[in-house]
Amino acid sequence: MTTLEQVRKRAEADAKTYGYYLTPQADLLQMFIEGLKTNEDRYGYPSCPCRLATGNLEIDRDIICPCDYRDPDVAEYGACYCRLYVNKTIFESQNLPEVPERRPIEKQERAYGPIAKTQQTQGAPEPPKTPKKTEVKKKLWYCKQCGYVVYREDPPYVCPICKAKKEMFAEIEAKVELKG
Amino acid sequence: MQFSKVSGKINKHKVTLYALSTCVWCKMTKQYLNDNAVEYQWVDVDLLDDNDKTRVHTDIISKGGVLSYPTIIVDDKTVITGFRKDLLKEALNL
Repeated sequence: MTTLEQVRKRAEADAKTYGYYLTPQADLLQMFIEGLKTNEDRYGYPSCPCRLATGNLEIDRDIICPCDYRDPDVAEYGACYCRLYVNKTIFESQNLPEVPERRPIEKQERAYGPIAKTQQTQGAPEPPKTPKKTEVKKKLWYCKQCGYVVYREDPPYVCPICKAKKEMFAEIEAKVELKG
Repeated sequence: MQFSKVSGKINKHKVTLYALSTCVWCKMTKQYLNDNAVEYQWVDVDLLDDNDKTRVHTDIISKGGVLSYPTIIVDDKTVITGFRKDLLKEALNL
């Protein structure tokens, strides 16, 4: 089992690699580390402590800390959604900004069990129609800038290798032909 | 859905807190409400079963909220997203 110290070291190393800082208040940082450890213990991966996860790796992949949204959030607001990762300015000012949720609502909703799509139905709520938890369809994506290839539902927000934006990813359409 | 209840002297409003057990800002919100002796009910959504999670989703969305935590609902109508002392003060007359 991962220890709190390992979780903390991992976050520190990641912040250092990307030129970020961890949240400046020691008591908050400790709570973040504990939240990450709790999620890692129960799901097997450290999903975001500030978001509702499903426990299904394929659905939660984009919110495994550091999440897909961290880099664009730090770029725009100076901090990630949780405010665990911050930039130098925020770290020094100790003034944590409000960071709105960037994760698409369709992805968030998959953590709420079966949701009736239309809210206008009256009377008894309809039983769930779609088994959303098994709907993840993985595809192959490649970064047109550096060639990095990833197999997942959506391309990442930012290429982990060359930092190209999501728009630089294209789907690889694999076709198998049998001849002879 | 089983809410935990906290009693307090500031009890003119019905205050519901949707939280996550791992969420730092949810803990800060609980602390703030406790420190100000606010009466409220709360639940950790990540520890609920699917049916209750669906109920939470319906409740938050129907009141115009977003699926972020903490979500605080005052008197079944005012929705506060995130740990916002300024908005809590205003809504609860603290």
